[in-house]
Amino acid sequence: MQVPLSWYLVVAAALFCIGLYGALSRRNAIAVLMGVELMLNSVNINLLAFWRYVEAARGSLSGQVFAIVVITVAAAEAAVGLALIIAVYRNRHTVDIEDMDLMKL
Amino acid sequence: MDFILNFWVELGNWVAGLMAGWGMPPWAVNLVADIVGVVILLLVGIAGVLIFTPMERKVIARMQDRPGPNRVWPYGLLIALADAIKMLTKEDIVPTNSDRRLHMLAPLIVAAPALLVFAVLPWGPGLIGQNLNVGILFIVAIGTIHVLAIIIAGWGANNKFSLISTYRVVNQLLAYEIPMVLCILAVVLFAKTMSTQGIVVAQTIPYFIVMPVAALIFLICAMAEANRSPVDLLEADSELVAGYMVEYSGMKFAMFFIAEYVSLFATAVLVATLFLGGWKFFGLEKVAPVLAPAIVFGKAVFVVFCMLWFRATFPRLRFDHLMSFSWKFLVPLSMVNLLVAALVLKLTANVWGQGALMLLGNIILVAATILIFKRTVPKLDEAPALKRIVAVEPVPEVPPRNAAGLVEGR
Amino acid sequence: MTVSHVVFIILSAVTLIGALGVVLGRNLFRAALFLILSFVGIAGFYILLEAEFLAMVQLLVYVGAIAILIIFAIMLSRRLMSPEYNARNEQWLIALASAAALCVLLVFILLQVNWPTELSVVPPNTIEQLGIALVSPDQFVLVFEVSSVLLLVALVGAVIIARER
Repeated sequence: MQVPLSWYLVVAAALFCIGLYGALSRRNAIAVLMGVELMLNSVNINLLAFWRYVEAARGSLSGQVFAIVVITVAAAEAAVGLALIIAVYRNRHTVDIEDMDLMKL
Repeated sequence: MDFILNFWVELGNWVAGLMAGWGMPPWAVNLVADIVGVVILLLVGIAGVLIFTPMERKVIARMQDRPGPNRVWPYGLLIALADAIKMLTKEDIVPTNSDRRLHMLAPLIVAAPALLVFAVLPWGPGLIGQNLNVGILFIVAIGTIHVLAIIIAGWGANNKFSLISTYRVVNQLLAYEIPMVLCILAVVLFAKTMSTQGIVVAQTIPYFIVMPVAALIFLICAMAEANRSPVDLLEADSELVAGYMVEYSGMKFAMFFIAEYVSLFATAVLVATLFLGGWKFFGLEKVAPVLAPAIVFGKAVFVVFCMLWFRATFPRLRFDHLMSFSWKFLVPLSMVNLLVAALVLKLTANVWGQGALMLLGNIILVAATILIFKRTVPKLDEAPALKRIVAVEPVPEVPPRNAAGLVEGR
Repeated sequence: MTVSHVVFIILSAVTLIGALGVVLGRNLFRAALFLILSFVGIAGFYILLEAEFLAMVQLLVYVGAIAILIIFAIMLSRRLMSPEYNARNEQWLIALASAAALCVLLVFILLQVNWPTELSVVPPNTIEQLGIALVSPDQFVLVFEVSSVLLLVALVGAVIIARER
């Protein structure tokens, strides 16, 4: 008897909510980014679990391709996000999001 | 006779049959066989340290016309044991303001990636730890954990020199990983499989004849990944006082030491697998498969000798030269090599034809590179800016002295 | 309770403990290390789901590139004086409540549905099939090309934004 699909989905949902709490409640901008990465990973687990349990029987690989695209997008977003954080740090000498709430310097 | 010729595989089968004969269930037989395999691979890795430490010291010493270590046993061959005893008896120092847990975590995970690589290296027709069908990708992915261990080591030491060294290390390792992966890709295109055993089986012609440029680039990048001279900025004693390892003493330093030599051995076997034909040797392996591990080991020793030769010969590269060498020279070159490989694979389906066309493509690539360099790199006597930088101040004339040894007119 | 059940429970413990370490810790460097632990646990999940290529790509891209990038950003943006006095911002209580409520809601819905699963044997040459799928005109070549353009744009953009003036 295999691991049922709902177990994977529950773990992915828990990971998503932990990532959501991290993204919403942390003070440091880099910690917010780490929460976002956790959310993207939970989405990947979902995609691959559905691929394995539903799509693989029909011979299609769309789950894996979609997961690769999500990893690519996450990499691009992490690179640009961290570049933004470094640029902001260079100007304002802080990465605290409470201090970054005004557009004016 | 068959038992002797195919000794290792037959031995494994005989032991498994023995255990099944004792009444053990099949899952226990498999478990014991796996554990024995893991122990053997670990011992092979550590034996590499014992063999290559004296080899490095003696070979580099002979190249520099000095005797090298010659006190421990005749010819100084047990120097690795002497090093081990020295490191075991040293005091373990932890810097006060550092993060203690991180300081202790780094030596724990630095030797793991180097030893994990041994799980997917082929030692013979049936002798491989685990024949993953993404073997090469596994090796590249595990190499990135080594970078992580170095970051933790540099951060946990609470020392500015460690941090500078860590930045340089990560820059260098990430920059030299890219041409390495591109050369591996060219090999994977030719072999049509990512499993290491499949790559060895597919090499009817060894790949260093088919694509020598890729072999050379891979060797350079593998040496940079293993922090060997001439690209060893981080453990340069004259530069950064041993870099990220500066706060480690005793057994923790020994872990870094072991990791470096094990990764040297693993890299050499990897080069032998990818480019030199692995366990194949002009058909000898078909006659006597028992000799296959010896063939692999012999090729690995040859590659290690080449790496030591590089170390004894070339001076160290400056850091910005190192980075521009990788990004501006190796990356475009390996990308063009990959494109040529893809093109050649489409042009013909005959294996010998593909090999010949790829060799021709590589020769054209080298010729084009030399031509481009002749045009764009300015010669010293044609570039006024360079002349100003390297110009030597004119030496003042020495006034003549007369017979009494005094200068005229003074 | 077969072996795969036990392995699943161990992997989910590793992943969720790593995730909790990310969001609850105060020391940012340790949070990054817990994030790496979480990524390794997720790579284990992918192997359990018989997508080995994706597991290696996860290790290579997430652990080898993104995590190291995050650690570099932590090292470069650290003021040498004070640690974070308070790691949580003003709205942490509402964030906790809403995340917990969302989790309960999702788990409740997920356990109710009767998922239509057909578990079959995955053919052994998925890597070849994946390669063909990514470049064949009637499958996913457009996705592949657009994501490569996306990576190029991100690369150029990150270099320009983070450049020293």
